[in-house]
Amino acid sequence: MGINSKPVVFAVISAAVILVGTVATVFIPLFIPSTQPVSPYVKPYTAVELEGRDIYIREGCNNCHTQTVRPLRTEVLRYGEYSKPEEFAYDRPFLWGSRRTGPDLNRIGGKYPDSWHYSHMQSPQRLFQKSNMPPYGWMAKNRLDTSNSFKKTSILGYGYTESDVKNQIDSCRSRVTAESYASKESRNQVTPPELQKDLTEMDAIIAYLQKLGRDVKNMEAAK
Amino acid sequence: MEESMSEAGYDYRVVRGFTYSAIFWLVIGLVVGLWIAFEMFDPALNLTPWLSFGRLRVVHTNGLGLGFGLAGVFATAYYMLQRLTRTPIAFPRLALAHLYLFNAAIALAAVTLFAGMNTSKEYAELEWPLDIGVVIIWVMFAVNVFGTLIKRKEKQMYISLWYIVAMTVTVAVLYIVNNLEIPVTLFKSYTVYSGTNDANVEWWYAHNIVGFIFTVPVLAMFYYFLPKSTGLPIYSHRLSIVSFWALIFAYLWTGAHHLMLTPLPEWIQTVAIAFSIFLIAPSWGSVLNGYYTLQGNWDQMRTNYLAKFFIVGITFYGLQTIQGPTQGLRTLNAFFHYTDWVVGHVHMGTMGWVTMVISASFYYMIPKISRADLYSIKLANIHFWLILVGQLVWTITMWIGGIQQGAMWKATNPDGSLMYSFLDGLTSLYPYYRLRFIAGVIYFIGILVFAWNIYMTTRKQPVEAEV
Repeated sequence: MGINSKPVVFAVISAAVILVGTVATVFIPLFIPSTQPVSPYVKPYTAVELEGRDIYIREGCNNCHTQTVRPLRTEVLRYGEYSKPEEFAYDRPFLWGSRRTGPDLNRIGGKYPDSWHYSHMQSPQRLFQKSNMPPYGWMAKNRLDTSNSFKKTSILGYGYTESDVKNQIDSCRSRVTAESYASKESRNQVTPPELQKDLTEMDAIIAYLQKLGRDVKNMEAAK
Repeated sequence: MEESMSEAGYDYRVVRGFTYSAIFWLVIGLVVGLWIAFEMFDPALNLTPWLSFGRLRVVHTNGLGLGFGLAGVFATAYYMLQRLTRTPIAFPRLALAHLYLFNAAIALAAVTLFAGMNTSKEYAELEWPLDIGVVIIWVMFAVNVFGTLIKRKEKQMYISLWYIVAMTVTVAVLYIVNNLEIPVTLFKSYTVYSGTNDANVEWWYAHNIVGFIFTVPVLAMFYYFLPKSTGLPIYSHRLSIVSFWALIFAYLWTGAHHLMLTPLPEWIQTVAIAFSIFLIAPSWGSVLNGYYTLQGNWDQMRTNYLAKFFIVGITFYGLQTIQGPTQGLRTLNAFFHYTDWVVGHVHMGTMGWVTMVISASFYYMIPKISRADLYSIKLANIHFWLILVGQLVWTITMWIGGIQQGAMWKATNPDGSLMYSFLDGLTSLYPYYRLRFIAGVIYFIGILVFAWNIYMTTRKQPVEAEV
């Protein structure tokens, strides 16, 4: 074979050979709208939910938790309705995961009250003695950094104005710091006094978890 | 053939440097691996945020995949390039800069991943400034690969060089396409792809980066160092040609078998299954080529300590390439995916095939360039048996655990309700996790023996070169 003595030609042919499957199964689907359909029922994350999502990424939660419920009978029984492509339109990056050391989280939103999450994140072992999940109580000791929130939502094209972002942050803060907040007691147990009137990383990640799988319910109901 | 040529002119500094780097990152990566293996059955080791499982797992995979795997690939590639072209490295100072920059990048990668700066995309976790660093490092390597090939004195390119060229080209394409991202700050970026497309791009990348770092260049080592260390020519040149082109063509279609039964369009999943099954053929082309090379000389498995590393290594490659496509089938995938079965699968490849072949290549290469015999063949044999037993116990434990967990997830009562809670399934695995930790310790001791053996070899006085 002649190309075995022509390294540059060999490299060009190799590149062409590896690009066939790449173009067919990866590049072309990028330009087919049905690969990632959008639904008016599925809304982008609010600024606080997005910050929570970024904390989820920072802590590598996706190394133990998946976010795709498969269309299998026992899986739907365990977690709820199987995952639809529309749900992920605003997910950059996707967080489907590859291993379930912990349960799938794609339907976690609304499954438990915020108070459950505050206690569980603080000490998973207090709720489930034999759980192997690391404790994340320290998240409640970190004030949420929202200095880049507007920039983040702009890059992701969520279409919020600067005042939208500010309002989302303010409304979340006033919700979790209100006297009437249903999970006030558990929140105050894990949040140090000086941060109880502020937003913490724990508040944000819980806001994110509570969003997961909620919009798609409206989409399914409308079908 | 090239043995007759004078040693003068070959630059082995970079080969040595990458060999030591590989062993260093191997030890570090395994310590982190043992740490997270312990966390799996006892969360008390999640002492600080940066020691929590979610961050450490990524340090483990990057430390071993990039730190050990890539350094091993670079060490052997710089060696094979020079020997097979009978030409010194084209740009030796660039190669040294490559070595230093590589280690700086791996160290920075570890620090940033500990700090939680990661993109979450598997095996592409590094944030954008380090991505740029990786691309620069890769270009430095590619310049030397093609520079040396163009200047070469040996006209024909041997099989191993094809694999090195294919890796050089493909890794560049994979890495750049999957890591296209928009920076927010110096430490944070968002990928340009969303949802389902991001998943598809990511698993095309993740599957193939494993293929083109843990299969393609390791086959290059296999095709070079097996004949070298046994004195037997490769059985069939034609079979190696067919296997090479079929492998690099089919590999790129198969990433979506990692996304079975997800919202990814079904046709992409099905195409991936078909090509995965097809991949058994070229994979086994190399396996059989290795076996037939030993035809009539199987006594070398007893008499030549290196032969068994290569042949047992390629056997795990063969098993790996049957197990992979099988667990990609939709029905089996529905059972095995997301369980420890897959974790066992990955580690058979990395602890069995990759580490066996890289360490045997080092055992051949280091005495050659140090002009001294290996410090101890006996220690090499102990190393072999420790990593073989450690790996087998490790992977078989995880397969059994995976089957159990898959079955518990699917088990229902007569009334159709679920029989086990999620926690039941998890806690039933703790005995397996303890055994896996012990297997990891056995494996780790084997690696320490390996590191010691190489270290002591490099300290020996060189003997006069046999010309």
